[in-house]
Amino acid sequence: MKIRFTLNGTNREIDIKPDMLLIDLVRQLGCYSVKRGCETSNCGLCTVLVDGKPVLSCSTPAARADGKDVVTLEGIEEEAAAFGRFLAGEGAEQCGFCSPGLIMNVLAMEKELSHPNEEEIKEYLAGNLCRCTGYMGQMRAIEKYLNREGGQ
Amino acid sequence: MERVMKAVGSPVMKKDAMALVTGKPVYTDDIAPKDCLIVKVLRSPHAHALIEEIHTEAACQVPGIAAILTWKDVPQKRFTMAGQTYPEPSPYDRLILDQRVRFVGDAAAIVAGESEEAVDRALKLIKVKYQVLPAVLDLREAKDNEILVHPEDTWKSFCPVGADNKRNLCASGVDQDGDVEKVLADCDIIIEQTYHTKANQQAMMETFRAFTYMDAYGRIVVTASTQVPFHVRRIIAHALDIPKSKVRVIKPRIGGGFGAKQTVVAEVYPAIVTIKTGRPAKMVYSRYESQIASSPRHEMELKVRLGADRDGKIRAIDLYTLSNTGAYGEHGPTTVGLSGHKSIPLYSSSVEAFRFAYDVVYTNRMSAGAYRGYGATQGIFAVESAVNELAEKLQMDPVVLREKNMVREGVHMPAYYGETADSCALDRCMAKAKEMIRWDEKFPSRDMGNGKVRGVGVAMSMQGSAISGVDVGSVTIKVNDDGFYSLMVGAADMGTGCDTTLSQVAADCLGCSVDDIIVHGVDTDVSPYDSGSYASSTMYLTGGAVIKTCDRLIEKIIARGAETLGCSPEEADFDGKRVYRLDGQGEISLKDLGNQAMCNNRTALEATESNSSPISPPPFMVGMAEVEIDKETGYVELIDYVAVVDCGTPVNPNLVRVQTEGGLAQGIGMALFEEITYSPKGQMYENSFMQYKIPTRLDVGKIRVEVESSYEKTGPFGAKSIGEVVINTPSPAIASAVAHAVGVHIRELPITAEKVFFGMREKR
Repeated sequence: MKIRFTLNGTNREIDIKPDMLLIDLVRQLGCYSVKRGCETSNCGLCTVLVDGKPVLSCSTPAARADGKDVVTLEGIEEEAAAFGRFLAGEGAEQCGFCSPGLIMNVLAMEKELSHPNEEEIKEYLAGNLCRCTGYMGQMRAIEKYLNREGGQ
Repeated sequence: MERVMKAVGSPVMKKDAMALVTGKPVYTDDIAPKDCLIVKVLRSPHAHALIEEIHTEAACQVPGIAAILTWKDVPQKRFTMAGQTYPEPSPYDRLILDQRVRFVGDAAAIVAGESEEAVDRALKLIKVKYQVLPAVLDLREAKDNEILVHPEDTWKSFCPVGADNKRNLCASGVDQDGDVEKVLADCDIIIEQTYHTKANQQAMMETFRAFTYMDAYGRIVVTASTQVPFHVRRIIAHALDIPKSKVRVIKPRIGGGFGAKQTVVAEVYPAIVTIKTGRPAKMVYSRYESQIASSPRHEMELKVRLGADRDGKIRAIDLYTLSNTGAYGEHGPTTVGLSGHKSIPLYSSSVEAFRFAYDVVYTNRMSAGAYRGYGATQGIFAVESAVNELAEKLQMDPVVLREKNMVREGVHMPAYYGETADSCALDRCMAKAKEMIRWDEKFPSRDMGNGKVRGVGVAMSMQGSAISGVDVGSVTIKVNDDGFYSLMVGAADMGTGCDTTLSQVAADCLGCSVDDIIVHGVDTDVSPYDSGSYASSTMYLTGGAVIKTCDRLIEKIIARGAETLGCSPEEADFDGKRVYRLDGQGEISLKDLGNQAMCNNRTALEATESNSSPISPPPFMVGMAEVEIDKETGYVELIDYVAVVDCGTPVNPNLVRVQTEGGLAQGIGMALFEEITYSPKGQMYENSFMQYKIPTRLDVGKIRVEVESSYEKTGPFGAKSIGEVVINTPSPAIASAVAHAVGVHIRELPITAEKVFFGMREKR
């Protein structure tokens, strides 16, 4: 089947199999930041934005992207780097495999929530698993990022 | 030149950080050739069976299928998948595919095809006729059971580890000092308890994966997500029965390992496909496969007898560990050792006699492997829990009890290979942790008045720094044009940051900035030999190799500079920027030297040195937990976890902190959530992240970490290790906090609400 959508600002028209998942489509199109960690919607690694909202691309049929605006980390590299510097500043990217999914959600959270407290941040990001850091360093980075000059 | 600590001790950002946080394609699957054959494995539905017939004809007809391999198609020489120094203590009990399948999930056939769809279809069309055999599933019933997991005569054990396949024994042995029975008989109080830990999964975010292809020289190139590139080279050669010279292994960025990738779990499958077809091939484990057919922690049952006098002097420890290695023996003989050798020595100051006996048994369960802590985690849960139970019996504060007995600097440790604790700040760790959690106010428990009660618990931990007398760390450092350095490492950075921390050590030795050094790792064709990143070895051992290599390189730089300056090397020195004559009569910059070395030069400005250590200085740690328990439901909430660690000099304080916090979170998962259960037929229930619950950020409470450094004079800039010691305290500390809160002793992990609830009900 044929679908049309925008991927990181570029118009795409592509023939896909009906059972293709969005994660496999965006990776096929070169967006390698999108990672698969579990295939059961538990880990958050595959998070992308569809019409501005974070979704799990491993559990989203690619066909659902038809007519939509899909953004991966590749499409918001500057914002990703801006937060990423805070994350790396704590040493909290570690293996980095969960970083893209986390960063997508942190950036989505920044847009969605105004001045979130620690509990709200934890709730918002509860679906983003990380096995390396124990989450504390990520929280330090998020708080520093949100409180940065020019931030929220 | 004099070494000054500038980069060492600084929170330097990891060299690969910006690539990682901007999602660059740097991991195995991102860089695999796009025309790779997709490789998958048909897995046994039975815990124990013989393949009587296997029909692949229909499957081969699926368009796009390139190869289907069965046990008849693979080399018949047994090998081990354990990433250990040769000759491995792990038995040679594997074939790539075997006629006998030994656990639910064991490999029965390999399918390779041009698309995942074709491979999935072919997998369904393979017809296997199994002769289903009775299985041995319980570790307590395995030894001398008439059902043998490895009856075959081609099974081999190369090291004297007490293995016997005709008894289902992967290893067995006893280590002791003094007469433990005699001392126990003389003790006022004896604690005798049995503890049980499960086969926890490392659950690194990037599952097992590798891709393979043939290069221009007719050699197979294996790019793998591994902690042990050089061991992979050897194991692939053994498995495929080809010369080691025909194998090259490359390690890209790794999405976590925690020991899982110290076993060659996935690599052999694409490798044999490439050898058979000549085509590039790739295997990416699903999370399901990673859960059911990988290399988790060894399940252990540990019986502890602890003898003490009335004043709380711990005089004897008798530990028996029964370890379940599952269907294959990877890391079986070695993990068990740490259950005694890294728990008993914590009490070296007072213990007069100890005995540590063990059996490691084969069962028809998934094979176990290496997981952070490597047996120490299980042993420390048992011994520290027993010490906490002793404190209760003595009606003594468990912190005070430990202060009376703990190992201290300068104490000889008979149970730790006879080494002496030359660097040990365990006492300071305890004092600091106590203050951080406000132990004296909170011990043992506080009723919150709302149906909830809070308790605090404590545990200590130690680990090693590399395997003494075995592990090898090496680096090569070269001077390039304009005087920048390249550092070639054979140790595997798996997210831990060793590419960066080793550069920090090099920078302070060479008197340059971390940015003046580029790092390359790991490629077995290029990197100097390193055992790999395991056994908490990298900073201590490979860091030591960096120092040796820098010293040698500086000699060469000075010699080369002196030649240019027309003096002898003794009449010149190097300050990181230039070589200068001591008499002030001339100098040449490193930049000019580097450029000069590329014109009419006969001496390579590079050095390689290897390092090994006769000792393995332990890092130490104290962990304290505060939990809140719902008296109605038994639900345990972790409120606060404080930990103070002595890793020697923290080379990179940020990375030390994150390693510690991350290890604690994994330990918390093991303590509270990460359950492993099997169906009566041996199928594992927790086969996805739906059932196997690793902690989310809502589950870990507050983790607070401080460092109390000792100085290890044999380590680089005083460093020991950090990677593993950090996972050991949560299980015993949380179990003790629960006991203090509601009087229920949980001796089988994880500590679930059900167990606490039924424990409370029994007490009523």
